[in-house]
Amino acid sequence: MPRWAMVIDLDKCIGCQSCTAACRAENNVPFVGPEQAELGRAIFWNEVLFHIEGEFPHVKASIIPRPCFHCENPPCVKVCPVGATYRREEDGLVLQRYERCIGCRYCTVACPYGARYFRWYDGEWPDGVDRYQNPDVPLRPKGIVEKCTFCVHRLDEGLPIPACNQACPTGARFFGDLDDPASEVSQLARSPRASRLLEDLGTEPRVFYLKEGA
Amino acid sequence: MEEKEHEALFRPLEETGRRFYLFIAFLLVVIGWGVFAYFRQLRLGLGITGLNRPIFWGVYITNFVFFIGLSHAGTLISAILRILGAEWRRPFTRLAEAVTVFSLPFGAGSILIDLGRIDRLLEVALHPRFQSPILWDVAAVSTYLISSVVFFYIALIPDVAMLRDRYPRASAWRRRLYQVLALGWKGTEAQYRRLESVMGWFAIFLSLLVVTVHTVVSWIFGMTIVPGWHTAIIGPYFLVGAIFSGVAAVGVVAAVLRGVLGLQRYITPRHFNYLGQFLAALAIAWFYFTFAEVLTTIYGSEPAHMAVFFAKFREEFSWAFFSMFFFCFLLPLPILAWRRTRTIFGVVVAGLSINLGMWLERYTVIVPSLSRPRLPYEWGLYTPTWIEWSITAACVAGFILLYTLFAKLFPVVAIWELKEEVPELSDALERKTTEALSP
Ligand code: SF4
Repeated sequence: MPRWAMVIDLDKCIGCQSCTAACRAENNVPFVGPEQAELGRAIFWNEVLFHIEGEFPHVKASIIPRPCFHCENPPCVKVCPVGATYRREEDGLVLQRYERCIGCRYCTVACPYGARYFRWYDGEWPDGVDRYQNPDVPLRPKGIVEKCTFCVHRLDEGLPIPACNQACPTGARFFGDLDDPASEVSQLARSPRASRLLEDLGTEPRVFYLKEGA
Repeated sequence: MEEKEHEALFRPLEETGRRFYLFIAFLLVVIGWGVFAYFRQLRLGLGITGLNRPIFWGVYITNFVFFIGLSHAGTLISAILRILGAEWRRPFTRLAEAVTVFSLPFGAGSILIDLGRIDRLLEVALHPRFQSPILWDVAAVSTYLISSVVFFYIALIPDVAMLRDRYPRASAWRRRLYQVLALGWKGTEAQYRRLESVMGWFAIFLSLLVVTVHTVVSWIFGMTIVPGWHTAIIGPYFLVGAIFSGVAAVGVVAAVLRGVLGLQRYITPRHFNYLGQFLAALAIAWFYFTFAEVLTTIYGSEPAHMAVFFAKFREEFSWAFFSMFFFCFLLPLPILAWRRTRTIFGVVVAGLSINLGMWLERYTVIVPSLSRPRLPYEWGLYTPTWIEWSITAACVAGFILLYTLFAKLFPVVAIWELKEEVPELSDALERKTTEALSP
């Protein structure tokens, strides 16, 4: 079985949010409206983090798209009391059993990357948008946790490219099998520009970033 | 016989004034309001609380730790004093254990209130994963709940039997209640001996369980890699805090019962003097742990940990941090350390202050850590809503209600234990303390 991984080239990312939009449409991620978003209830399976460091004129802005990292050693899986979040045996994807999650939010607390989202409300589907829901991805009820699946429904049907990668206009995102030494991702993941977020935590993420300015 | 002598203890069971009903009605209103809030939350989802991302846990989890903490003193006091053979414990144990038994359901309940999908609770039984500290907690807390209820109950049996014989003309349900709970107790020598030996073993078991339970509660936090939680000190720190707030609560409850039920003969200034001294020692222990934790964080200066520290120390949570320090330490310690203020009233003031402070302590352990994730997100702000406060108030009212009903149906002092007390010893102690307490 392949060991799916993603590489994101930060030099190429322009922060356009196409990935976020594509992911929302692909995975039936609901809207929450601006007020709720303000309160921190927005859901982004793929989120683009904008981070500005330092003070003028010594500012450094960075843009980091963040899906779920599908860690090899996922802190969220460890803490789940019912195995609603689990690591799939064959390919190591970190997935979610929506019908089993009891909504304790232990996993959201344990994930150091903030990649997991709780459904505070039932989803909101503005007029007409529900016509575009993707039938391949289940709709989730309120009170549970959900997150990026690397578009597992696509992978399982033999389409090895998540929606975010497909939508990226600059080709900043790569996806493939880390176990295949010839694959693009495994080569890029070994490049000196590659690093992972909060590597010292030992979570072993399977999303690699290529440093800017190289 | 001893029943005559302890007439005062039966009075609350026999006379019920209007104030009692008014008080119960008031509690029921508060609880009803909380139940309404909870049903609203069930219908609309947890979005109507102040919780958000990244502050996924707030007041409910604080209440969970707080109530479990509260429950820690009753059993501990009575079990340890039993093991030590401290005679003065006798009039005191039952009212302390009742604090344990009646606060635990609200601790366990708070976790349930916090769940997004309470309807799937069965999943925990169907697909338990013992790798998760939540399962450790389920195991520890339920063992603790069952054992302390049993401990409490078996010590109640001889008195229930006495009530059964005393009130042959009580209302039918009450007669039945006493009948069933008395388990056919006859009060033979052999029965007493068996009871004593069971209680003795239980006391040892429960003392160990007290340590386990609150340590495991802390591990829900400590086992994650969240900055501010992931420390080895969190176990003992929580344990000391639990005993601290629990003993303080027992002091307050004892004083209230003494006043309301007229137990002056049984609960004496001596008890409060001991409790006060114990609390003063606990305040110092609590300070020691707080200091050790803060110093370790500051000295290490790891950015992720410092962000949490600053959130508590000088940013949006500083109000909670400094009031915690005031209520847990600065206010109660002088009251308890000084012999003149270590009176019943002093213990009540200190006890209330400590419990307020310990609630804030739980809050400042839980929320600030979540508010400072390691990655550069927008940091979340958390303001609990009326839903959360209403449910919290209902939990407190529920605890008081259970306690009040208990005190209405059963004597809060274990009468059968009193007759075993060695009179000379207790008199001598009494005299000594009275001397010590008199100016
Ligand atoms: S919120 Fe759901 S997935 Fe997360 S730990 Fe709890 S039960 Fe598991």
